[in-house]
Amino acid sequence: MITLDINGKQVTTDAADDTPLLWVLRDSLAMTGTKFGCGMAQCGACTVHLDGQATRSCVLPVSAVAGKKITTIESVAATPAGKAIQDAWIAESVPQCGYCQSGQIMSASALLAQNPKPTDADIDAAMTGNICRCGTYVRIRAAIHRAAGTLS
Amino acid sequence: MKNRFSSQGFTVVNAAMLPELNRRDVLKGASLTLTVLGSGALLNACAKGEKAADAAPLASGQYLRIGADGKVTVVSPNTELGQGAYTGLATLVAEELDADWNSIVIEAAPADVKLFGNPAFGGALQGTGGSTTVAAFWEPMRKAGATARAMLVAAAAQEWKVQPGEITVKSGVVSHAGKNKSAGFGDLVAAASKQTAPAEVKLKDPKDFTLIGKPAHRVDAHAKSTGTAQFTQDVKLPDMLVTMIAYPPRFGGKVKSFDATAAKAMPGVVDVVQFKTPLREGVAVLAKDTWSAKKARDAVKVEWDEGDAFKMSSKDIIAQYKTLAQKPGLEAKKQGDAAKGLAAASRRVEASYEFPFLAHAAMEPMNCVVQLKDGGCEIWNGEQMHTPDQGTIAKFLNTTPDKIRINMLYAGGSFGRRGNSFADYLLDTVAVAQAGANGKPVKLVWTREDDMRAGFYRPVYLHDFKAGLDKTGRITSWQQRIVGQSILAGSPLDNGAPVDFTSVEGAANLPYDIPNLQVELHTTKLGVPIQWWRSVGSTHTAYAIECFLDEIARSTKQDPVELRRTLLANHPRHLAVLNAAAEKSGWGTALPAGTARGIAIHESFGTVVAEVVEVSKRDAGFHVDRVVCVVDCGTAVNPNIIEMQMESSIIYGLSAAATGAITLEEGRVKQSNFHDYTVLRMNQVPKIEVHILPSTNKPTGVGEPGTPPIGPAVANALTVLTGKTYRQLPFSGAGVTIV
Repeated sequence: MITLDINGKQVTTDAADDTPLLWVLRDSLAMTGTKFGCGMAQCGACTVHLDGQATRSCVLPVSAVAGKKITTIESVAATPAGKAIQDAWIAESVPQCGYCQSGQIMSASALLAQNPKPTDADIDAAMTGNICRCGTYVRIRAAIHRAAGTLS
Repeated sequence: MKNRFSSQGFTVVNAAMLPELNRRDVLKGASLTLTVLGSGALLNACAKGEKAADAAPLASGQYLRIGADGKVTVVSPNTELGQGAYTGLATLVAEELDADWNSIVIEAAPADVKLFGNPAFGGALQGTGGSTTVAAFWEPMRKAGATARAMLVAAAAQEWKVQPGEITVKSGVVSHAGKNKSAGFGDLVAAASKQTAPAEVKLKDPKDFTLIGKPAHRVDAHAKSTGTAQFTQDVKLPDMLVTMIAYPPRFGGKVKSFDATAAKAMPGVVDVVQFKTPLREGVAVLAKDTWSAKKARDAVKVEWDEGDAFKMSSKDIIAQYKTLAQKPGLEAKKQGDAAKGLAAASRRVEASYEFPFLAHAAMEPMNCVVQLKDGGCEIWNGEQMHTPDQGTIAKFLNTTPDKIRINMLYAGGSFGRRGNSFADYLLDTVAVAQAGANGKPVKLVWTREDDMRAGFYRPVYLHDFKAGLDKTGRITSWQQRIVGQSILAGSPLDNGAPVDFTSVEGAANLPYDIPNLQVELHTTKLGVPIQWWRSVGSTHTAYAIECFLDEIARSTKQDPVELRRTLLANHPRHLAVLNAAAEKSGWGTALPAGTARGIAIHESFGTVVAEVVEVSKRDAGFHVDRVVCVVDCGTAVNPNIIEMQMESSIIYGLSAAATGAITLEEGRVKQSNFHDYTVLRMNQVPKIEVHILPSTNKPTGVGEPGTPPIGPAVANALTVLTGKTYRQLPFSGAGVTIV
């Protein structure tokens, strides 16, 4: 049994040690906000925060995250950066199919928490790991700038 | 910071979010006089013995219900794939109903072609495709809203003892100024449902639109921004098993034998079964959770019989196609006498273009949940082709289509893939369920590798052009030979026509004014499963035509816009789009050194789009700096969504042109994930400016038409910068990196 700190709560799981955190979240804990897209940290759909850092949960064995603070899409709005990002996402009508958006929001929230006034180059660097096949990139960028504006 | 629209939340109801919708017919309790689509005839919730209970909803046909709480439920026959179908349909209803936009709830329609057939397909097929949702339901949805409005007004008029003509309706409130009366929709539904439905309703004049033409908030934005929107991948049912499948490494491979000893001993594994469908066969693991299923699947040893498997390489396919292109094909279009014109030409321009297989690579890998029951089955899926899928699965289960119940969920992208005409991943799951689920629901999970290697690609195509010019450089003759597989062949949409129109669309209906025109088709048969991909035939015809036209322009020293202007003189709609694109992009004005423009224009799905791009040379490659996109899509129902779809189509098309290729090596698919089938990312995206030309014509397609022009526009700009032509996609194959 492993004890995890997820969204401020202590949760135990009997998932095998090598189970990626992604599948513990989705299958064991029924937290389906975090998505599966590639399984090899290429697409970013599985992004969570590990001690505030954007991390791909599809390649992170659950045994490696004991003792770390895990934040998922389900509670990212509890932070100022996360709330600003979600509000901006809705205001800019960012999502199309929506499947990549949890990961996008987690990456964007981590960026904004560390860098409240990101430049376009900062946004490129932080967000290039998150694929969107629907092409919402233009609006993601606008939403990040918008969110940054509300945080000042 | 511009504020596009108010940011209130919405409720979008999918069948799986409200469990009771899975188990009851949405319209049970209403009197179901079957409505002729679009007739405006009304289904009255209070007929057939149901009393006028205080919670009696008002049902306006199959598309609309209003509750005593004022909630307006719009029932969508079509899938929300990201293209904005739910929002578009809600807008049409809310406009004529004069509803409060914030009171709208969208519900996924069940699979029932009699009620929910798509008018774009003559009502004979319930399904989403061809960029038809808003165009097809433009009248029926508006009529549903207008009819309900009329009944609410009649009820109020009766109650207030006034003339209906004196009553106003705005944002869900019905009022009579003179008598100082007002009531919300919810207060009136009981009385309204007793009214006789009007046989005819008058729809609003466009000048009175309050919602249509406005950039209204997407109804699904909130759920998709909070991780609460449910996709097929997220479905959880009691006792549900997860299945993951070992597929043959080559198309047409068969299971010779398999050893599941190790797999069956692994934790969480319930069974390992062999299955077969008309399309393919494989070995499936059934397990309690995804990770257990995956580890067990990887531990299954299968010996494949590849005797009949497809073993050609992509380069062999192209070589075969080149040989075929030497011979005349089936006539797809004939105007004048191209052969004669070519013979008499002062000069000829010739070129061949090659296009690879393309994967759709939607973010959500293909998946579904199937439970065999009641002599048929129940399905949970981002369902896109209800009617053909019901037919295909019913045939496989030896039952009738009505026994195949479908819960339509959001699709995490599709680009055509979920609309597979052969129900490929659905059949796999049905077959696995049959082989080993013992009545439990089964969720199919595909890894990215499974999804990328499952086939059903945009086919390989070859285009062979010969153009004849007269002494002045005018194009007198144009012969275009197209070689490739038929997307419609063998599918429920196969109409038996010798020329598959999806192979030649954009070419056979070439808008350019050329006196001698010949378009021919060679349809090939390969053992590679293929299907439509966002914008279908236009994915290759637009590139070939718009690049070839620029080759002619260069060869005759004509400006590419000027040449197109001349050739489109008899096509005012195209001309208006072309001229606007030239103007908005500053075509002809100076650009910094190392930057060039390119243009392409193409009509597809009733919509004309022109794109002018600016591309600049960088150290590591080429960057598409700017795309100016002009679109004529008839009445713009939601300009915000149209803009989103142009951005989406452009990025999707640019991604494919830049690096998109599924390569076969002796029949095995080389690519497997996003590291070797690379797609466009944030840092590569241009600035995109969308201009929608005002129009009062009926709406035309918006989901796909932005895709065809981007590849050729960029190619044409690249040619200005490098002096080379790009006759083979993707650009990466020619050493061009889009950065």
